[in-house]
Amino acid sequence: MTTPLKERLVQLEVLRYNPDTDTEAHFQRYEVVCQEEWVVLDALNKVKADIDPTLNYRWSCHMAVCGSCGMMINGEPKLSCHAFLRSYEGVIRVEPLAHFPIERDLVTAPDDFMEKLKRVKPYVISKQKKPIEEGEHKQTPAQLMKFRQYSMCINCMLCYAACPEYGLEPEFIGPAALTLAHRYNLDSRDGGRKERQEVAATLEGVWTCTFVGACSEVCPAHVDPASALQQMKITSSIDWIVEHLIPGGKS
Amino acid sequence: MAKSHKPVVWFPFAAGGTVIAFFIPVIVLLTFLAALGHVPAGLGYESMHAFARSGLGKLIIFGVVALSLWSSAHRLRCTCYDFGLRADTLVATVLYVAAIIGSIAAALFLLRI
Repeated sequence: MTTPLKERLVQLEVLRYNPDTDTEAHFQRYEVVCQEEWVVLDALNKVKADIDPTLNYRWSCHMAVCGSCGMMINGEPKLSCHAFLRSYEGVIRVEPLAHFPIERDLVTAPDDFMEKLKRVKPYVISKQKKPIEEGEHKQTPAQLMKFRQYSMCINCMLCYAACPEYGLEPEFIGPAALTLAHRYNLDSRDGGRKERQEVAATLEGVWTCTFVGACSEVCPAHVDPASALQQMKITSSIDWIVEHLIPGGKS
Repeated sequence: MAKSHKPVVWFPFAAGGTVIAFFIPVIVLLTFLAALGHVPAGLGYESMHAFARSGLGKLIIFGVVALSLWSSAHRLRCTCYDFGLRADTLVATVLYVAAIIGSIAAALFLLRI
């Protein structure tokens, strides 16, 4: 015998904005019957299916892997597929990710993040080119473990929505992009750290970070971007000493 | 964009943060105990005075005081910035000067022991 799921009347307060008709964003209240076990994304899907098909939001995998459904839920950046209704009481306020321009309703424009991601060169820059006949670049499990955690980023941008520095200084390269730079810097096959430092070791890079740590708190993939940035500050500081204080140090 | 010179202030900040994490809670606890009249054996006035009189003792005390002050000044600067107080040059100057004055005062006091 199966236990019937518990139903619950959920009240959602969703930010709406239609660039064709609205001059500014406003909140719209929905009441929708949900199962207690559902997540906020399920509630939004129910609203779209049964009440208001004009509601816009991004989602894809429904299992905290694709990173598409990030939104502010009661003011906190969350993946809506990972935000269980049972964690919330009363009206649940759903807004688009903070610090990004709103395109429509809960959909934001990620262009700034995409541009910054490109600038840190998040790919292996080989130390030496070797012909295919010589085989693959081998890596030991220990070498993999050095960067594995930082490779788990799903580009959901929750860390950018959580970072007060990014909110105040939009030039900041930001947690996820810098963490990916660090991920490739730590890769034994990579020789691109010097190139990436030209972006990462600047004021717009790691030095805008004041170690608030909110990025690591909201990260659904447990990447811990704050730790990556602190490690980058240490290596950048050592670079600075080598470049400025040691005679004959590389510049 | 040029590489930043922030390491100049960040390295002592990081060193001070480590010092604060290890030493300050102990110092606070010991001071609290001393205030209540419980001075652990070996940490009495005479032995602490002898420690502060030795060259190594002076160096250690100065290191703890100066790095902690610098770290606190930099942390406070970042906190002001995070809270939206954007007069960064002014804030940084006031706080760093305070830390430097505190460090010089510590050095002078230590040299007079």
